[in-house]
Amino acid sequence: MIGERHVNLAVLAGLVIVPLWALWADEIFTITLTTRAVILALAAVGLNIALGIGGMVSFGHAVFFGLGGYAMGILAFHAQSYTPLQFGPLSLAGTKSMQVIWLVAMVTSALAAWVIGLLSLRTTGVYFIMITLAFGQMFFYFAISWGSYGGEDGLSIYVRNGFPGLNTLVPIQFFWLCLVALCVALVVQWRLRTSPFGLTLNAVRQTPQRVETVGLNPRKHKLVAFVISGAITGLAGALFADLNRFVSPTMFSWQLSGELIILIIIGGVGRLMGPVIGAAIFVALEHWLGGLTDFWHIWLGVILICIVLFGRGGVIGLLTGKEGPHV
Amino acid sequence: MSDTILATRNLQKSFGALKATDNVSIDLRAGEIHAIIGPNGAGKSTLIGQISGGLKSDAGQVHLMGRDVTALATEARAKAGLGRTFQISALAMEDTVLENVLLGAIGATGGGWRFLRGVSGDRDLNARAMEALARVGLAAAKDTRCADLSHGQRRQLEVAVALTLQPKAFVMDEPMAGLGAEGSKAMTGFLDGLRSEAPILLVEHDMDAVFALADRISVLVYGRIIASGNVDEIRASAEVREAYLGESV
Repeated sequence: MIGERHVNLAVLAGLVIVPLWALWADEIFTITLTTRAVILALAAVGLNIALGIGGMVSFGHAVFFGLGGYAMGILAFHAQSYTPLQFGPLSLAGTKSMQVIWLVAMVTSALAAWVIGLLSLRTTGVYFIMITLAFGQMFFYFAISWGSYGGEDGLSIYVRNGFPGLNTLVPIQFFWLCLVALCVALVVQWRLRTSPFGLTLNAVRQTPQRVETVGLNPRKHKLVAFVISGAITGLAGALFADLNRFVSPTMFSWQLSGELIILIIIGGVGRLMGPVIGAAIFVALEHWLGGLTDFWHIWLGVILICIVLFGRGGVIGLLTGKEGPHV
Repeated sequence: MSDTILATRNLQKSFGALKATDNVSIDLRAGEIHAIIGPNGAGKSTLIGQISGGLKSDAGQVHLMGRDVTALATEARAKAGLGRTFQISALAMEDTVLENVLLGAIGATGGGWRFLRGVSGDRDLNARAMEALARVGLAAAKDTRCADLSHGQRRQLEVAVALTLQPKAFVMDEPMAGLGAEGSKAMTGFLDGLRSEAPILLVEHDMDAVFALADRISVLVYGRIIASGNVDEIRASAEVREAYLGESV
């Protein structure tokens, strides 16, 4: 069996080597695919904090992914159309600055996570899953009905937003930016897990009554974790929208929430690199199997069934021989 | 009395038509072990839940160090100085022994909101946790996963987590449950020494342990305290004998 640290280092090395090879081989599409995997991994890192450490099986994380996407779409739309963004009497200009867009995406997603968490965390188990799914559907249908920003057709952005010192239109430069964001999120996940907050959150998942009897509040810890989780997934949504230069209601869809959960289960629930491995496998299957058949999800289902039945720790669990946390 | 650390006054709790506790008033004084005994279904676990805050009382009060804590949630009562152990171990089974005790240390120091500093680098937390483990004899097993511990070791770990809180009073729900003769004897000796640090409200079925440890015993039957006194008084009580007919009082 391989040590988890070695697996983690190999995954990080792969994230650097693959795009460098693609650049050398002039395989620009591979860089775009890798960027897509990195962004989905970032979204799943966010969910992994809530699900893997805190045990909150959120079936509505697409809300934050979509909010991040629409934060980018709306700000960039107003910037490219030279029209102000009206908030009642307030009139704000749009922006093409990624830093501002990321900040807005993360704050908006965090606020939404706070409100949704405040209501949803009154429940547990299947009720929590259902209430988060319901929030996801509410946002999905609201986006469909939001004619000002494209409604069902979505919103196209003509030019990718800018970041100081980089030409984000060059695929490899945009990839490095996304990779740095992912690495920062991974450091946040790792520090959270090893901190007193993370140890407490991990205990909340396993034995909330014990946490209460040592003077700590399980629900507040879960809420804070949910907010951090939402903010990270929101950032991923903004990057995803920038990758595609397009946002649409599908970013809010329950299928996307489900895919984020699937990524984590495939990679390894609660594992540091679980979301990254899961996203890499997902994007690879989507590309290769998707080229062979439109029904490639059948094979994704087969893989998921095998992992759930025979490898409770996901791919990392299979490689390291250590079962992951039980959610 | 002025040396009363923990007290309940007329606690009541009903589940439908069933009165689980009925006007229960008990005192726990400094330096003593006060045992609550009673047959199965007498309301002992309900009483523990009401005292620790897990169950909301229909009526009555709980006082800790002279302060009315009835309206406080479980975590607030723990912060006020109530240390509790569970009848069925409520431990984080996937975590190591040390991590379980660190949770208590985090609670005791209010450190649950520290995000960036790793637990392993915090000397104060680790020192507090290791001290508690050493006291119950589990220091050597600190890196063992809790799920791999024996039943007896889990009982010891339950007590160690409560020790990290340095509480004003302990509420222990059957700490001897499932222990063999040797384990029970060791736990009895440990609790005997612990009373000088903080008094213990002890719910226990092991009568040998109760009679060896308790300064006072209250007998709970059908939710009511039917007798309260020292070991000799309880042994001599006809009412208690009747309630325990066929049992070894």
